[in-house]
Amino acid sequence: MELLTELMQYIMNNQSELLALTVEHILLVIYGVVLAFIVGVPLAILAVKIPRLAPVILSVANILQNVPSLAMLAILMLYFGLGNTAVIIGLFFYSLLPIIRNTYVGLQEVSGSLLDAGKGVGMNSFQLLTKVQIPLSLPFIVAGLRVAAVIAVGVASIAPYIGGGGLGKEIVSGIAQRSDIKILAGAIPAALLAILADYLLGFVEKYTKKRTA
Amino acid sequence: MIELRKVNKVYEDGTHVLKDIDLLFESGKINVLIGPSGCGKTTTMRLLNRLTEHTGGEIFIDEKNIADFNPIELRRHMGYVIQSIGLFPHMTIYDNVATVPRLLKWDKSKIDKRVNELLELVNLNPEQYKKRYPSELSGGQQQRIGVARALAAEPATILMDEPFSALDPISRDQLQNELVRLQEDIQKTIIFVTHDMDEALKIADQIILMKDGRVVQKGTPREILTNPANDFVREFIGEERLKTAEPLPSLSNFIDPTIQAIHLSESKESVIKKLMEQQCFTYPLVDETNQFLGQLSLQKIMNESSVHLEDFVDPSVQALTTDQDIEDVLEYLEKHKHHSLPVVDNENMFVGMIDMKELFRSVRSVYGKRGGN
Repeated sequence: MELLTELMQYIMNNQSELLALTVEHILLVIYGVVLAFIVGVPLAILAVKIPRLAPVILSVANILQNVPSLAMLAILMLYFGLGNTAVIIGLFFYSLLPIIRNTYVGLQEVSGSLLDAGKGVGMNSFQLLTKVQIPLSLPFIVAGLRVAAVIAVGVASIAPYIGGGGLGKEIVSGIAQRSDIKILAGAIPAALLAILADYLLGFVEKYTKKRTA
Repeated sequence: MIELRKVNKVYEDGTHVLKDIDLLFESGKINVLIGPSGCGKTTTMRLLNRLTEHTGGEIFIDEKNIADFNPIELRRHMGYVIQSIGLFPHMTIYDNVATVPRLLKWDKSKIDKRVNELLELVNLNPEQYKKRYPSELSGGQQQRIGVARALAAEPATILMDEPFSALDPISRDQLQNELVRLQEDIQKTIIFVTHDMDEALKIADQIILMKDGRVVQKGTPREILTNPANDFVREFIGEERLKTAEPLPSLSNFIDPTIQAIHLSESKESVIKKLMEQQCFTYPLVDETNQFLGQLSLQKIMNESSVHLEDFVDPSVQALTTDQDIEDVLEYLEKHKHHSLPVVDNENMFVGMIDMKELFRSVRSVYGKRGGN
């Protein structure tokens, strides 16, 4: 109980700084995931259109995903220096696999008879992609974003080790200063962010599912 | 009009799925491709909008080789209906129906008007259904939308790939009736694939029965029913349906044996006497070789002074020939209010007079059998 009041007190006193860290954390995640979305969706389309490329694209993304997060960030730091750039690139790599894999599966799940119907009414392959295949894979694509976002919120928490910002800063300095309050003030919002991202994108996913059923 | 000349389809792995297909789909007719699965009926249809490309022979649409068309353009000018899953689930009814007009870049007001028109044509209230999604409609309603979508850009040809097979029997029956009714208005060239013989018999102008990539028989439903080409056709149609389609017996079975023709050499007096005895107003007249000369009219015999029997022939009476279709004969009798008519063979030799009682009895028994099924 005492801890809780102390924590509230701390948060009130450091309101603006914590808010800034939260916003920075969110931005890191958004940059990383959006970048991965921009690169990942076309790669998934390429994998579907050119089946020979599919195993290559999917396994590269898979390998990136399997590198331990601290190791990945450290390596990136060697090339991009300390700071948020290396963090964003790391988050980008981590988000690629869920986005590519889900988009790929989603595009493949579109039923053959709908593709037939699309071709049959005279759509060219670009129109087929934009009017039929992508809209129908939206639930899968959003599910990919959801997984990517949750992972990215977690990975972004270790950004301070390579000079990045975000709520991890509060946690890391809490560890250094052995301050329970500081650790909690960073960890609780970070956890809430992950839950929130999961909930919001889950909601979008459900909506798109309803529209494509 | 669509014509297939010696069309073949061989897949890359060497499977020869269509062999020397020669077909003619006349404009404004419903052509039904039917056969067991794997017979090539769907493939044949897909050649027409080039979803599948043929590997031999030629296909012409209105005398133009389809190889010269751009396939995308070709498809936009050809309606295409597939099983109910063919509607785009993420689009509203409006968007589904408007698909092709949008691809053709019609302006919005024209599309609005057309969508309303089409929904009314398929008996769905536009205001009520336009904004709904396919999943909110019943199977029958979805398939009506499928038909509306195919008609949207006023194509001359519509391809229908087992469009009603996933529906319950009642909706299926209803949609078949509507298609036939609709066709009377729209007069499209329809190519319809099915495996359901009842459906084919009900809607087709031309039935094309296929097996193992070949056309086994083509013809009107009546031709197929009354004259199946071989045992396969017979089996595919089913004995039950064949029984109900037994042709009416030929005209020569309905000759009244009691009436003998009057010979040209007979005297006027004997003819009058004969007519009086038989209580007849008219009688057939033949010459010495049994050539039919015409129907004698009692009225003429009484009123005219000639002694030559030829002068008493009533020119308005035409003889029937033995190979005439009974249904035509019935129509003729009805139209001309004749009670009996003479029948001749192909050499104009007199055969006899139609026995009306016997004819009606026979017709009744045949139709009674059909009605019982």
